Amino acid sequence: MNKVKQKDLILYSGLIILGLAAPYLFSAFKVQLTYLCVLIVLAMTWNLQGGEMGYNTFGNILFYGLGMYLTASVQVGMFFPLAEWTESGGEKTFVHTTAQYFQGIGVGLLVSAIIPAIVAGAIGYAILGLRGHYFAICTLGLGIAAGEIAGGIEIIGAGQGFTTPPFPAEIVDTEARGKFFYFLSFALLIGTFIFVKYIYGSRFKLILNAIRDNEDKAEAMGIQTMKYKITGWMCSAFFCGLAGGIMGGLIGYIDSTDVAFDGREMGVFMVLMAILGGKGTLWGPVIGATLFHFFKEGLWTLILGWQYVALGVLIVVIVIYFPEGLMGWLREKYPERFGEVIDEKDRKAQVELK
Amino acid sequence: MDFLIFKAPMLMVQASLDGILLGILFALIAYGMALQWGVMNIINIAQGDLVILGGYIAYTMYLAGIHPAWGVIVSPIIMYFVGVLLYKLVINKVVDRDLFISILATFGIAIVFQQLMNFIFGADVVVAQSEYGTTMLFDNSVTLPNSKIFSAFISVLYAVALVVYMKKSRLGRAIRATAQNARAAKILGVDTEKVYAATFGINAALCGIAGALISITLTLHPYVGLPYTVRSFMIVIVAGLGNLPAVAVSGMGLGLFEEFADYILGTEFRIGAVFMLLVFILVYRRFKLSKKREYLK
Repeated sequence: MNKVKQKDLILYSGLIILGLAAPYLFSAFKVQLTYLCVLIVLAMTWNLQGGEMGYNTFGNILFYGLGMYLTASVQVGMFFPLAEWTESGGEKTFVHTTAQYFQGIGVGLLVSAIIPAIVAGAIGYAILGLRGHYFAICTLGLGIAAGEIAGGIEIIGAGQGFTTPPFPAEIVDTEARGKFFYFLSFALLIGTFIFVKYIYGSRFKLILNAIRDNEDKAEAMGIQTMKYKITGWMCSAFFCGLAGGIMGGLIGYIDSTDVAFDGREMGVFMVLMAILGGKGTLWGPVIGATLFHFFKEGLWTLILGWQYVALGVLIVVIVIYFPEGLMGWLREKYPERFGEVIDEKDRKAQVELK
Repeated sequence: MDFLIFKAPMLMVQASLDGILLGILFALIAYGMALQWGVMNIINIAQGDLVILGGYIAYTMYLAGIHPAWGVIVSPIIMYFVGVLLYKLVINKVVDRDLFISILATFGIAIVFQQLMNFIFGADVVVAQSEYGTTMLFDNSVTLPNSKIFSAFISVLYAVALVVYMKKSRLGRAIRATAQNARAAKILGVDTEKVYAATFGINAALCGIAGALISITLTLHPYVGLPYTVRSFMIVIVAGLGNLPAVAVSGMGLGLFEEFADYILGTEFRIGAVFMLLVFILVYRRFKLSKKREYLK
């Protein structure tokens, strides 16, 4: 047992060192690395929902977009009138000082974590009572409705979008902006990973799995399924909101349907990444997101214009041919590595039965 | 309440008529949705994109100088083969599996369709001019484009024809048998694989008709497919599978809701209102069902 722990320790410290050194090693790719961190966070939180609890949601994009708008609104609204800012490119008239900028983004991120979690808790009781595909379609509708509605609200820029506060000009170092957002997202990634890992070692995960495998039976065993479902969703929402807030600051511009509530890109990506890596595993979403990001960045520019066609085909192929994902495939191949002991007698008996 | 619609009662008549005529069109799409859901147990997110593709076929005819109304005959024929092809390529692999797999797979198809249509037909909002003129009612205070009346009429015609076909023909009987019990139908010699392909083809053809009608009454754009999917899904869950009169009624109800939402909330919230209605219907349904669920199955 001890040996395994030591191996883990080396692995984790290696990854953290790599993560900390990455912006210096690949300094041209800081934005891409930030994206990668955020994608991994989204995939891991989706996996809690879709992989462990069995509630396949398209709606986590709701919290992502909400977090994005909230962070930017708080960051602006703390110091300047929000309506004037969004109405006529306020970023030219009002300038955040360095202190204001960081105060704003700090408070904004705090709000963008808490409010989506509260929203998830509030709508959870109604929405999580839906089963299977009704839940999937309902959350799909929720995500798109949020985008359409946000596109009609004047104070957050309506259809013309919302420019987030630019990085303070007083900081002369041109690399600072990229580094700031990278380390922010990396911290979020580590936080999320520790949290999800903690969940994986807890009773909570077993309850979520029980809900996935047979909800009625879980209820009959005396588990208050609704309570745990809502808690699970709130955890997802918490991290999705934070991820959205960071992305909003990084992109610098929020559009209701193309950036924030981007069900056509982010909303699908998170599902796809989790399934590609293997849902219901700790490392699956991490590997899936990394692979997907490399594939996306590598191929997107080669097949410019055709990227959505490629994305659609990729979804169809993955869903039909690899529904278990990479980890599922590995597990099938090397079951011993995953701690599954195969009883030779039992296996033979099954073969004979066939 | 200082909404315009409550000040001018004629606007209400206008909205109601528009809504009902539009709703009949939605009901036609929903009928296709109910058909494939009932028979093959899949939810097709690409339904709306099939509709838009059908519309673009009619639009292409319009560009070629043929009257787009002929699209209601040409478009379903082409779309039938598109549907069968789609079935052979993708759908046959998701028929017996988890519904979420079918949702995701058809979501992928929807993305491919949107993008291909964007390449071929461009990202502009287009409309095929039918030049049918408009009918004026109540001293010219209510205007009703004749194309809308035409589209409602054609929708009803096709729906009735399909119902008769499903009742009387051999294939129709086979489809209904497969919907009831695919295994039993197989034992009795029904080639279910063919039935599934035909069902999906018929669904696509229905989408083709609806699309051709939409091309002359509303507007086409490569990315507006999803609202049609959601509308048809909504109609089907309200009406239930295989209950045709209810499909027609709830289709009209949805049309009315949309027109009124348009006047009251403003056009920018129209699609948002549709999706919110979906959420409300599902949540309402959940609370209604949870009252019934008193024992474990």
